[in-house]
Amino acid sequence: MKMWAHLAVFMVVISPVQADSLRGTGDMGIVVERATGSLLVVENTTRTELARIEGLGDLSHASLVYSRDARFAFIFGRDGGLTKVDLLTAKIVGRTMQSGNSIGGAISQDGTLVAVSNYEPGGVKIFNSQTLELVADIPTGSKTVGLVDVPGNRFVFSLYDTGEIWVADMSNPKAPKITKFEDIGLLPYDALVTGDGRYYIAGLFGEDGMALLDMWNLDKGVRRILDNYGRGEEKLPVYKMPHLEGWAIADGKAFVPAVGRHEVLVVDTSTWQEVGRIKAHGQPVFVMAQPDGRQVWVNFAYPLNDTIQVIDTQNLKIIKTMTPGKGVLHMEFTPRGEDVWMSVRDKDVIKVFDTATFEQKSELPAKKPSGIFFTWRAGRIGL
Amino acid sequence: MKAWVLSSWTRWPALKRAAILLPPLAFAGSLSAASMAGDISAARQGELLYVLEQDCGSCHGLTLKGGLGPALLPDLLKDRNAEELAETILDGVPGTPMPPWRPLMKPHEAVWLAKILKKGDMVK
Repeated sequence: MKMWAHLAVFMVVISPVQADSLRGTGDMGIVVERATGSLLVVENTTRTELARIEGLGDLSHASLVYSRDARFAFIFGRDGGLTKVDLLTAKIVGRTMQSGNSIGGAISQDGTLVAVSNYEPGGVKIFNSQTLELVADIPTGSKTVGLVDVPGNRFVFSLYDTGEIWVADMSNPKAPKITKFEDIGLLPYDALVTGDGRYYIAGLFGEDGMALLDMWNLDKGVRRILDNYGRGEEKLPVYKMPHLEGWAIADGKAFVPAVGRHEVLVVDTSTWQEVGRIKAHGQPVFVMAQPDGRQVWVNFAYPLNDTIQVIDTQNLKIIKTMTPGKGVLHMEFTPRGEDVWMSVRDKDVIKVFDTATFEQKSELPAKKPSGIFFTWRAGRIGL
Repeated sequence: MKAWVLSSWTRWPALKRAAILLPPLAFAGSLSAASMAGDISAARQGELLYVLEQDCGSCHGLTLKGGLGPALLPDLLKDRNAEELAETILDGVPGTPMPPWRPLMKPHEAVWLAKILKKGDMVK
C-alpha cells in the first residue's frame, strides 16, 4: 500500500515532464538577434520565447535554413560562421568558420548538403549537413549572392562583381558539375527561385531589370524581364538593399521591389511582362505574400523603416499602412498565415499581428531582432 | 624635439576642457573626434552612431569588417583624410550601392563620423 502511494506520487511528479519532453517542431522558429550574436527559439502557437542560444558571432545579415526534419537550423553569419543548432535542446551542435565574410545559404533537395555563399573569398562552399565537413569548394572570383536550392540536388547562385549565374549540380557531391551563364546584367544583388523550383530570378542593382533563368529549359539561357522599368529616370538613393528571398507570388502575379524607386512592381508569371506598379511609402526591402496569397506585405529601407504596407493582390491597391515602430527589418507568417511576426529592431521587440484584422495580438522582447524564420520553411524549395 | 614637447604640453588644457564639457561617450579614445563635435548635440551623436552601426552596418558589417560594401577598418582608410571620406559619405559612390547620405546628415556630421571610422572606435 505504502509502495503504491510512493509510486502514485512519483508518477504525478514525472509524467508532465515526460509529456513535455516529446514535442514536434512544426510551430517553432528562430529569431536572429543581430547585434548580440544570439538566437531566440520561439513557438508561434503560443507566441512565446522558449529559449535563447548565444555565441554565434556577427549576425548582421544572418539567415538560416532548416534540416528536412525541421529539428536543426543552419545559421549563416556575416563573419563566415556556419552554425548548426538543435531547436529541441536549444544548443549549438556544430560550428565552423568557413570563410571571412558570408551572405547566405541553402540546403539541398535531399537534405544532405548545406551550401554557403561567400563575399570574401568569393564563392560557394558546400558542407555535409550531418557533420559540417567540407564536401566541395567552388571559388567564383566574385562576391557570391542569391544562393538557392533547386530540384536535382542543384544549387544556383549569382556573381555580383562579374554579372553571372552559375548552376552547380551536386548529384555527385565530390565532383560538382558547373554550368555558367555570363552577361546576365550589372551587379546582381540577390535572387530567388519560384516555389516550384522552375524560375530563378536575379535582381540587378546596376541596371533596371531582372535576369530570369528557366531551370526546365537551361538551353534557352538567361532572359531579361522588367527591362528598363525605371524608364531612364534618376534613381532615388537606396539606404538598404532590397531582398528577394521573400518572393511573393499571388494570383498568378509576382510582386518585386523596384530598386531606387518607391514602387512594388507586378509581373504576370505566365508571360513575365509587367502588369502593374504600386506606388509605395519608400524603397521596398521585403515584399512577402501571405501563405494564401491574398495579401502582400512590404517593409521599407532606412529612414522610412518604421512603416509596413499591405497590398490587396486582386486590385493591386494598398489597403493598410501601419507603423509598428522604427526599424521593422523582417516579417514572417505562421504556417497557414493567420498571424504575421515582425522584428522591430529599434524597439527591441517582436510584434505579432492578425493578418485579417491588422490588430496587434502580442509583443515579445528581443535584442535588436532581425530575421524571423519558422520551421515551415524546412519543406519548401528555395528557402 | 623640444618644440614638439612644448606644443603638445600647451595644447593639453584646451583638449581636456573640451572633453570635460562634452557628454560622456560610449566609446573610448575618441578625444580628437569628440573635440570636433562641439555643435553636434549628445542626442544627435547617439543617433549618428546608431546609424553608423546599424544602417551602415547593413552593408559594411556590424563590426565594419565588410559585406556587400567594403570593410571600413582604420588601416584601409589611412590614405584618405576625414574630409575626403566625408565627401564619399555625403555623395555616395555612383555605379555602386553606396548611396548619398547628404539628405540625412550635415557635412560636419559626416566629418565627425569619418573621424570615428579612421580611429576605429566602432570596431569590436
